[in-house]
Amino acid sequence: MSTEKADVVIAGGGFAGLALALALRQGLGNSFRIVVADPAFAADARPDLRASAIAAAARRMFETLGAWDAVADQAQPILDMVVTDSKLEHAVRPVFLTFAGEVEPGQPFAHMIENAPLNAALARQARAQGIDLRATAVSGFENDTSRISVSLRDGGVMSASLLVAADGAKSRVREQAGIATHGWNYGQSAIVTTVAHERAHNGRAEEHFLPGGPFAILPLKSNASLGNRSSLVWTETDAEAARIVALPDDRFHGELERRFGLHLGEIAPSGPRRAYPLGLFIARSFVAERIALAGDAAHVIHPIAGQGLNMGLRDVAALAEVIVDAARLGLDVGSSQVLERYQRWRRFDTALMGAATDGLNRLFSNESDVLRLMRDVGLGLVDRMPALKSFFIREAAGMTGEVPKLLRGEAL
Amino acid sequence: MSTQTTIDEAEVARFSALAEEWWDPRGKMAVLHKFNPVRLGYIRDAACKRFGRNPKQLDSLKGLRILDIGCGGGILCEPLARLGATLLGADPAERNIAAAKQHAEQSGLSVDYRVTSAEALADAGERFDIVLAMEVVEHVADVKLFVKRCAEMVQPGGLMIAATINRTLKSFALAIVGAEYVLRWLPRGTHQWDKFVTPDELEIAMELSGLRTTDERGVIYNLMADRWELSSDMDVNYMVLGEKA
Repeated sequence: MSTEKADVVIAGGGFAGLALALALRQGLGNSFRIVVADPAFAADARPDLRASAIAAAARRMFETLGAWDAVADQAQPILDMVVTDSKLEHAVRPVFLTFAGEVEPGQPFAHMIENAPLNAALARQARAQGIDLRATAVSGFENDTSRISVSLRDGGVMSASLLVAADGAKSRVREQAGIATHGWNYGQSAIVTTVAHERAHNGRAEEHFLPGGPFAILPLKSNASLGNRSSLVWTETDAEAARIVALPDDRFHGELERRFGLHLGEIAPSGPRRAYPLGLFIARSFVAERIALAGDAAHVIHPIAGQGLNMGLRDVAALAEVIVDAARLGLDVGSSQVLERYQRWRRFDTALMGAATDGLNRLFSNESDVLRLMRDVGLGLVDRMPALKSFFIREAAGMTGEVPKLLRGEAL
Repeated sequence: MSTQTTIDEAEVARFSALAEEWWDPRGKMAVLHKFNPVRLGYIRDAACKRFGRNPKQLDSLKGLRILDIGCGGGILCEPLARLGATLLGADPAERNIAAAKQHAEQSGLSVDYRVTSAEALADAGERFDIVLAMEVVEHVADVKLFVKRCAEMVQPGGLMIAATINRTLKSFALAIVGAEYVLRWLPRGTHQWDKFVTPDELEIAMELSGLRTTDERGVIYNLMADRWELSSDMDVNYMVLGEKA
């Protein structure tokens, strides 16, 4: 097969890959050739069952990219949030921290949405914009001085200026580029499933710091056919999570109810359940010769603060801005000078967030009464200091630091 | 195989090593690569304003004929060519031109590189929409004459942009002691302070050559961000824009 030319090849068509493709198309027009390769574009690919919290900044970015309108009615605004810290046997869970969930009036700090419809909306928008989506994987690459030659599993070969690895936590491109990661597994897994409940959640998110780890109830949009629903992220040790997921439905229900409580009325687990092992890792470098990593390929953090996806979109917004600026100056978008700007922009921020979420998890996944007292006093203090609380809300909404244009809702 | 072929190959190897040197953003020319985005942005924006183009467009300079005097390895020419301009890169050093040609070919860009001087091109009656004299004014023997010959080549309605280093105590400290001796950004002896040109001298030379100077802008190094930025401080690096009516 002959070699085709592209400006940028993106490995991976998840949120990060598709959002980047859309941002580049919007900024640079049709003459800038973008190819996105992901086997999941095939019609028979397994759907993603997870849901995500989309921070206010990330939502603005999806709006700017024209992908939010299509899913807006499937997105549940988080209107407030409670955090509790309790042992399992406590009948009443003391509430230590509540967030009224608005960054600015009328702007909830986050929306919950299921991954599948959002990803589908991004893919539809990408197709509508004429972006070349290919249902195949990047199988390898080779550098020469002025280009990178990218091989696709379907036999195609692309000659590009830049290859972006947005191919997830187990990124093959990252591995083949010889970029090591540092980090660790927590020995914890997150059980993810959807729970139907009798009473309305009223847009409230709950995070209970249970002895096994954080147990989060995240409100999903209800509708006539599905009723009231929440997405569940339930942390346990790996062994315990595996045991719980494998339980027969009635016993799973029992375990769930002990933790979920009955404040939303009768509950019923709905849909499949799966356990995802949790870890924290950061790539030692976000760039290599004519390669940039973005999203989970660059970093995976503990989901305790719901920041994984939002950090990935920060990468995308920064990388898109760096590429667009360079292309409009006529610079080679894959040159190391351009990629260094991206790396400098993102890597420190990522390490900081990684450390923060790791600290949070260690602080809260511990039964020590002394620690419990300390964190409860800490949370209580945060709750009483409006300035600090509003900082946390803005941080959770992705609005601190040197914010890329797309996350401020500005087009490139 | 003939001896002639061997010689060619050796030449090619030598120039490709030189091209690599010019184009390695972490190598000897690192400071020039760092400097490139800010001057490219200035040139692009000035050109777009003058010729009614949209700087967000990938072919914002389409069809404009640009002369880059002292083009070196083509670090400025290639991006401008990528934006659609028709480039003539002139440099008196044959090896620079050979290296630049080689790199443009690798990049798939067409740039007309010539071993020649501003005077020779002016004598030949060449005309351009934009004449660039970036980081060359401080190296020429007679600034007034050089500027005059450059200005001759600017089409009516066209632009001349010159970038150079001011002759101040600060520029002695930063551009010579700092850049050449302390930071070693540049090889020692790259610059002679007494050949630096003040904005007044440059602007008078441009005005005397029939150009109206419409903008002057300093360029400073932002240590925290590790990048060069436009500034009102013209004590060291600065750029001047001249328009021909």
